[in-house]
Amino acid sequence: MDETRQHKAVGSVRLWEIVVAAIFLAFGALVVYDSRRLGASWGSDGPQAGYFPFYIGSIICISAIVNLVTAAGRKGDGAKPFVNREQLKMVLVVMVPYAVYVGLIANPVYPLGIYEASVIFIAAFMRFLGKYSWLKIAVVSIATMVAFFLMFEVWFKVPLPKGPIEALLGFQ
Amino acid sequence: MQEINSLIGGFQVALTWFNLMLMFAGIVLGVIIGVLPGLGGANGVAILLPLTFSMAQQPGGTTSAIILLSCIYWGALFGGAITSILFNIPGEPWSVATTFDGYPLAQQGRAGAALTSAFTSSFVGALVAVLLITFMAPLVAKFALRFGPPEFFSVYLLTFCAFVGMSKGSPFKTIAAMMLGFALAAVGTDTVTGQLRLTFGYMELLKGFDFLIAVIGLFGIGEILLTIEEGLEFKGAKAKLDMRVVIDTWKELPKYWKTSVRSSVVGCLMGIVPGGATPASFMSYGLAKKMSRDGPKFGTGMVEGVVAPETAAHAAGTSALLPMLTLGVPGSPTAAVLLGGLLIWGLQPGPLLFVEKADFVWGLIASMYLGNIVGLIVVLTCVPLFAAILRVPFAIIAPVILVICAIGAYTVHNSMFDVWLMLVFGVMGYVFKKLEYPLAPLVLALVLGDRAEDSFRQSMLGSQGDLSVFFSNGLVGGITTLSLLLLFWPLLSRALAVIRGGGRPPTTTE
Repeated sequence: MDETRQHKAVGSVRLWEIVVAAIFLAFGALVVYDSRRLGASWGSDGPQAGYFPFYIGSIICISAIVNLVTAAGRKGDGAKPFVNREQLKMVLVVMVPYAVYVGLIANPVYPLGIYEASVIFIAAFMRFLGKYSWLKIAVVSIATMVAFFLMFEVWFKVPLPKGPIEALLGFQ
Repeated sequence: MQEINSLIGGFQVALTWFNLMLMFAGIVLGVIIGVLPGLGGANGVAILLPLTFSMAQQPGGTTSAIILLSCIYWGALFGGAITSILFNIPGEPWSVATTFDGYPLAQQGRAGAALTSAFTSSFVGALVAVLLITFMAPLVAKFALRFGPPEFFSVYLLTFCAFVGMSKGSPFKTIAAMMLGFALAAVGTDTVTGQLRLTFGYMELLKGFDFLIAVIGLFGIGEILLTIEEGLEFKGAKAKLDMRVVIDTWKELPKYWKTSVRSSVVGCLMGIVPGGATPASFMSYGLAKKMSRDGPKFGTGMVEGVVAPETAAHAAGTSALLPMLTLGVPGSPTAAVLLGGLLIWGLQPGPLLFVEKADFVWGLIASMYLGNIVGLIVVLTCVPLFAAILRVPFAIIAPVILVICAIGAYTVHNSMFDVWLMLVFGVMGYVFKKLEYPLAPLVLALVLGDRAEDSFRQSMLGSQGDLSVFFSNGLVGGITTLSLLLLFWPLLSRALAVIRGGGRPPTTTE
């Protein structure tokens, strides 16, 4: 019982094939539209700006239609689940905090900088997915970011977004 | 024997303490990248590319920079074998065939023999390919000096048609992914007219999409998501390599010289064609299985079954640099990233590179010899160390890799927008991988898009819009015909099979 619920599919392969092909079709149409706007024919001094992209967009549309028709007519393995609920949960457990992390690095309210945000991200990941002790978490996350700091800011001289702690220490 | 002289000059460029140190660092980093899930040759080099920006500005720095990056590539090629053999996880697509016999060997307690033969054959394959580059590249470059825009466009066409012809999945998915790459490459300011294309008023899109961001997202984030979905736990065989095992294996290896030669040839030939390394490893495994006396025992743990795919994959991975250097057409995603590096450093890959930057080219070629020797020594001595990395729990390694990807994406243009873009590409890579849309043609189209368009436009300008310019002489006509043949190959092969098989369509085995 429990197992069947966990393995419940979130859409079949066929459904997602159709969705992706439709997105391709829309994108191809967008490219064609914009190329037409710029001029996709022969100008006074040669091919116009939309000349090449126009063909690219057309080919996207054609192949998307073929993929769409193929997917719609697909039987058998097309009914296979694209992703089951448990898998999707794992993917979201990673992607959502990752997006939050990127938001923490630089935002108009309180930018944390890449180093502080990374320490928090690694710590959270280790705590919630690895169940490590806070001591281990602190050692791993802080040591990693200190190593990165030395590598980027000191050794290779590649500046990364910095936060309040670096400002306190006098790095700009 | 002008090549020998040039090569000696190249060794003089490459053999400095600084460059040797970079080689060593590059190989170690490369093996780590090859071993870690979610990091591979292409996105590993992409992430580390920004670190070379300041290095490349110093005099002679571009050579050091390419030595560092190419050694990361060799390291990643070596590293793929470690995970395949010890953990049955192919780190790279071309290591899949190595798992067939490598993992059974490891389970029988012969991991040392499997690793030694894998590393040694990788080295042999690479050496053959570097020899090929040494003697063929100058010829190809000299020949290509005569190329005009139509010829270059036909070479690009050949590259992209080869993808369609050789793809295992649906050709229309390959075309769709590839054209998406071209469309994304077109976003931003048009280089000829200065008009804005496909930006729809968004300032962030002015400079277009950088393929490095796409590579980090598609291959890095996408791969991590796939790994996480499977809830991967690493359970590996013990890795111990003492000198006795190495020497015993080396004594055994010469028996398989026929397989080595065959696999090297297959690898070199396939490597020049884009996307060749993976099919080369499978093809060479299949050929070895068919031709070897022990053929039926393949898959149960035969050393020969490790030699064949590893030789071919490494030969193909190395010879992928030949068209990259001589024509500016990369043969693999990693070669594409290296090409992107050259462009960023202000070098124009292509035939003129051999004339104008001979130091750079021959320094690179010499470093290929040295880098593979350094690589062989490093991997043979440090296997337990690298295998230990894989024992680091996923809950620690995954967030660190994700942080590295974010930093890598940021450093390309110092832009946070790029990091968000990388996230989008990551989700795209995940979905595309699951639905079998190939990623390599997308990346290559994104890299070559502008150049392909320029050569197309120039050809059209020259001929006043007449497409027959692509058949105007034997050379360009030949390449174009070959391209079209490859493009329609999926159709042609089906038609041929129908004629031969008396009207029965071939059963597809995907």
